[in-house]
Amino acid sequence: MKKPLLIAVAVLTLLVPFLHLAFPPGHALHLSEFYVGLLGKFLCFAICALALDLIWGFGGILSLGHGLFFALGGYGMGMYLMRQIGREGQYQSDLPDFMVFLNWKELPWHWALSDSLVGQIFLALAVPGLLAAVFGYFAFRSRIQGVYFSIITQALTVAAMLLFFRNETGFGGNNGFTDFKRIAGMPLNTPGMKVGLCVASGVALIACYLIARALTQSRWGRILQAIRDAEGRVRFLGYDPVAFKLSAYVISAVMCALAGILYVPQIGIINPGEMSPAASIEMAIWAAVGGRGTLIGPVIGAFFVNGTKSVFTAVWPEGWLYILGGLFIAVTLFLPQGLMGLAKRFKK
Amino acid sequence: MTPELLEAGSEARSRALTRIATAGEPIFNQGVALYVEDLKVAFDGFQALGGLSFTIGVGELRCVIGPNGAGKTTTMDCITGKTKPDSGRVYFGSNLDLRQMNEQQIARSGIGRKFQKPTVFEALSVAENLELALAGDRRARFAMRAKLSGEQRDRLAELLKTVHLAEERERVAGLLSHGQKQWLEIGMLLAQDPKLLLLDEPVAGMTDEETERTAELFLSLEGKHSLVVVEHDMSFVATLAGAHRTVTVLHEGKTLAEGTMATVQSDEKVIEVYLGR
Repeated sequence: MKKPLLIAVAVLTLLVPFLHLAFPPGHALHLSEFYVGLLGKFLCFAICALALDLIWGFGGILSLGHGLFFALGGYGMGMYLMRQIGREGQYQSDLPDFMVFLNWKELPWHWALSDSLVGQIFLALAVPGLLAAVFGYFAFRSRIQGVYFSIITQALTVAAMLLFFRNETGFGGNNGFTDFKRIAGMPLNTPGMKVGLCVASGVALIACYLIARALTQSRWGRILQAIRDAEGRVRFLGYDPVAFKLSAYVISAVMCALAGILYVPQIGIINPGEMSPAASIEMAIWAAVGGRGTLIGPVIGAFFVNGTKSVFTAVWPEGWLYILGGLFIAVTLFLPQGLMGLAKRFKK
Repeated sequence: MTPELLEAGSEARSRALTRIATAGEPIFNQGVALYVEDLKVAFDGFQALGGLSFTIGVGELRCVIGPNGAGKTTTMDCITGKTKPDSGRVYFGSNLDLRQMNEQQIARSGIGRKFQKPTVFEALSVAENLELALAGDRRARFAMRAKLSGEQRDRLAELLKTVHLAEERERVAGLLSHGQKQWLEIGMLLAQDPKLLLLDEPVAGMTDEETERTAELFLSLEGKHSLVVVEHDMSFVATLAGAHRTVTVLHEGKTLAEGTMATVQSDEKVIEVYLGR
């Protein structure tokens, strides 16, 4: 069950771009740019679902604030992309347009690394990681568990959303960042770049999956599961649950941030909407629908739910939320182990 | 000098001599493994422990009995750091102040505990359960790359045999019978190689044969480890205590009687508590 998924992801990330590039438009086998973009997006979502599974499925910690880490990664990348616009913006200034609009004369301090791709990617991974480390440390040390943890992570992402909505924080207010032109000097709007980013997302997903699998199969992963099932017992064996939960939480947050970094140049926009409670809850739904604690399940779940979403928002837009809600209820009631559990049942 | 100063001075001297610590190895230089003095705990006005005192000698096997609500489990909770007592002293050896330590520090210093309800990691296999309990580095960073050494592998196989679970090695612990789970938890306790074992109703839900084997196992540990066994099953306690071991009877959070099984059984207060007044 494990290898087929890796192969499927690898084939998909190679096949879709190949069909897009190798066959001219109009050819029967040609896939339009739309599908390349869609696949790239789904691959990023799958990384998020995988990251969530690491702490929820294995650690029993349901974070409803992972959209925050995803968005922070996205914003980190977005800052770099904004600077890459150069003087081609509306106001033809060295500063991003929204800063000119706010009558700012120079870059705020937190934009110091924004002209370096490497520096900014580092920030986009380090800041969410650090935030998760500090927030997680206090939450886990205070033994905040279960639904209480879910609620405060949700509150955290809402607080961050309100902060990012404000113009003076220097993140473009409610418009966020958009109108990106190029990355590392190369234009974003070429088929080659789109394919490159899509393939990079596929590679990132496979890498994250391999890391998560190695971690969950190590003793660390077994202790994490032990904490999920009987935290008190783990303490009496002499392990400090805080260290294990915290490392899982930070790794998960950094994976989500990576997904955000890859997502933003493909989608071309990042705004505080990504930090809305619904965005984080949807991630949990992907993982739940796919099947928690399996690593593969959430990847499948992310593709399944988002695929359904793409179909329904085209065919019956106002019905999508009902479908999503119904799906979640159906999974909770009839498929506690998600699609993976269903597959297992059919095997028997 | 004032008497207060003199007193403070002598207190400081005694502290310096015993070097009270909150981490590291216990020192058994006074022949005492566990020292509990005037322990008091109240939950919402209910006095669970009302000044409990007892000592467990090094290598001793002690049985603790008492009716429901006597404070047996609360005592274990206080020793292992799960419950913070309101007052009193709890020392492991002559140096470790357990009241200043948290659960994992206490566990690492060498106290192992078996819960009343068997608590094993249900999603993991029998062998994995034991692996996590095996003595060794407890840090998260270490656990990411940890592998069993040959020596630990042998120890694991030996433990599986000791707790009669060699054939269930790869079985998921959640699928074991109640008695087998009890055995597995005892195995995990042994894997930790603690100096002091606290066993809360270890034979609940076991068949007679399993109970007998458990008694044999505990008796074989006496001397190498100190053991405290809390149990309801009187025949089991009688087997363990034999003719010469000490039995402690708890009642309403205090020590009601202490002595051999025969002494305790003929104690009037004990009879009154057990048979009603």
